[in-house]
Amino acid sequence: MALLKELLYNSGKPLSEFSSWMHAIWAGWGMPGFLLDFIFQLVIVLAVTAVLVLNALWIIYYDRKISALMQIRKGPNRVGPFGLLQTLADTVKLLIKEDVNPKKIDILSFWIAPLIIFIPTFAVFLVLPFGNGLVPADLNIGILYIIAITGLSVIGILAAGWGSNNKYSLIGGMRSAAQIVSYEIPMVLVILAVVLMSGTMKMSGIVAAQSNRVWFVVPQFLGFIIFLIAGNAEVNRAPFDLPEAESELVAGFNTEYSAMKFAFFYLAEYTNLFLTSAVAATLFLGGWQGPFLPPIVWFFIKTYFVITILCWIRWTFPRIRVDQLMEFSWKYLLPLALLNLVVTAVILKF
Amino acid sequence: MIKAPFEMEKISDEEYILNMGPQHPSTHGVLRIVLKLDGEVVTGLYPDVGYIHSSVEKMCENKKFEMITPYTDRLDYLSAVNYNWAYVAAVEKLMGIQLPERAEYMRVMLAELNRIMSHLLWYSAFGMDVGALTPIFYAFREREEVIDMVEGMTGGRLTHHAFRIGGFKNDLQKDFLSRLEKFLAKFEDRICEYEALLINNVILTARTKGVGVLDKDTAINYGVTGPVLRGSGCAIDLRKNAPYSVYSKFDFRVCTGKNGDTWDRLKLRMDEMRESAKILKQAAAMLPAGEFCAKVPRVIKPAPGEVYTKVESARGEFGVYMVSDGTEKPYRIKFRSPSFSNLSVLKEITIGSKIADVVAIMGSLDLVIPEIDR
Repeated sequence: MALLKELLYNSGKPLSEFSSWMHAIWAGWGMPGFLLDFIFQLVIVLAVTAVLVLNALWIIYYDRKISALMQIRKGPNRVGPFGLLQTLADTVKLLIKEDVNPKKIDILSFWIAPLIIFIPTFAVFLVLPFGNGLVPADLNIGILYIIAITGLSVIGILAAGWGSNNKYSLIGGMRSAAQIVSYEIPMVLVILAVVLMSGTMKMSGIVAAQSNRVWFVVPQFLGFIIFLIAGNAEVNRAPFDLPEAESELVAGFNTEYSAMKFAFFYLAEYTNLFLTSAVAATLFLGGWQGPFLPPIVWFFIKTYFVITILCWIRWTFPRIRVDQLMEFSWKYLLPLALLNLVVTAVILKF
Repeated sequence: MIKAPFEMEKISDEEYILNMGPQHPSTHGVLRIVLKLDGEVVTGLYPDVGYIHSSVEKMCENKKFEMITPYTDRLDYLSAVNYNWAYVAAVEKLMGIQLPERAEYMRVMLAELNRIMSHLLWYSAFGMDVGALTPIFYAFREREEVIDMVEGMTGGRLTHHAFRIGGFKNDLQKDFLSRLEKFLAKFEDRICEYEALLINNVILTARTKGVGVLDKDTAINYGVTGPVLRGSGCAIDLRKNAPYSVYSKFDFRVCTGKNGDTWDRLKLRMDEMRESAKILKQAAAMLPAGEFCAKVPRVIKPAPGEVYTKVESARGEFGVYMVSDGTEKPYRIKFRSPSFSNLSVLKEITIGSKIADVVAIMGSLDLVIPEIDR
């Protein structure tokens, strides 16, 4: 019981103790230590991926329930208790569907695009602190790593748009590239202000910097709002869902995708939503910190709070137009983010 | 497949052709639009109609007069009652049938309910066109009530076959008036809710104000009618300008827009629903007792001659031109459908805007494809 409590509240210590204990046994068997490290890494990666895929299924259900609430409907309620198994059933359906390859596609980019989008999305979670000491890999450039890896997904969307041999897909891919590139800049500037305040790029360090003070959402309120908007644009959700604007572009870059390849896009989209919310919770809402409940529970509560805001926005607003999208980023968000950064720097200096 | 004029000639390297439809989420049916694009900007547009041409006019020549009424339902499945009206009015005019007062009021009530139904569906569809997925459920909540009322009266939910030559098949249901009153009591608030949800939304106003501007002269030159024409500031409404039935007895306003842009057309339809509610209230109060159907001969055989009747449908002026040669079947019928003229103006107001605007503008024209193709 005490061990479980320790594991929940202060995961770092027992985990490292366990690791050194295993290393001792391993060395006793005369095996090289790096092999054990490799196995550890593999287990961690598999565990994180499993949790995230299940979590993505749950977020899809959650999003659908929220949308049902806003649209005076009931939402999924047939498969399993309260429709909880609905998304699982959808995934199974997508798995066993025929995988259609249209004619004259660029086969390499068509096949590799879902993977390019899917893998980085999951790779990012390596540096997120889920709890006290519960970080798969606590890099000291954690936030930089997140920015760099999430930037990769635009290549996947472009590849999907180009490879599909479909004009709607191509327009969707081009829109997405423009959108992600232009919203990344205000986002990075806002993150920079947070880094200035905490003095570290390590994700656990940023959480620790908020432990004895007020959470960064108070001094960085403008930054939090900009982060939410830019993050919403990064994950291509309404009102920024131009790359897959249904009424104009049919389904945008995933028009030609079906079966599991489509499921990859879908899972990646919702995992991205979780990622943006988790990063927002870590940077601005104090990460896993909170009274009474175990840290990991607090982490999920805060993340789901941000997800709820994003869902609310999604189901309320109409879609913005492509030129307005660019204007909004370059004319409003970027100057505001710059101002936010400069003011933060000046206040910290004096 | 017809090729657009600009598909025949060589287009520049900067431009490409995008085929929107006939299967596309936002062409509302089977309309095909060929776009010439420079990046996202539209430089050429060609609507290709006729995918569901069913030769209704020709079929009517082989049907007896009373058998044609259901065909007019299918022209515009969203405001079927108004289309019935123009046709039965044409036959009644040829035969010189005088409707009982009660039937006239019942017709006005059904037609206005139908207009509300149509505008509510347009509102939901337009929401989907601009990417707002929530408004549809709110509009359908009220639309369902209206449909239930009309269903109780006519038995149909979409293509009602509401009118018969000379009046109605049956009288109003007993609880029709109380249901109508209950509905109208809250409808005003609900329209305000729709406006708050979509029409006055910041993003929507930014997307539609100044987009797809249709000036008065162009509108008139193209024969545009209905809300699209009134959106351009031209106060022409057949219910006011050429009052048919008992419309001259009601007090209502012809709503007009100012700039003729997409937003004006949206706002205008909201106002029109308010006016329809006003007419409904007055009609319910003034509804006289009496017969619901005139004395009509068993065999409908109008005297030889020709006639043109028109009504203000939810989309504009719908006209029926009919020639009778004195037999049981019409010699020739020609329908003048509003969406056809309204679609023809699309090219004029879309060139130079973005792909997303094409969808928004098309949505604001409120096209119904079977009525264009006939």
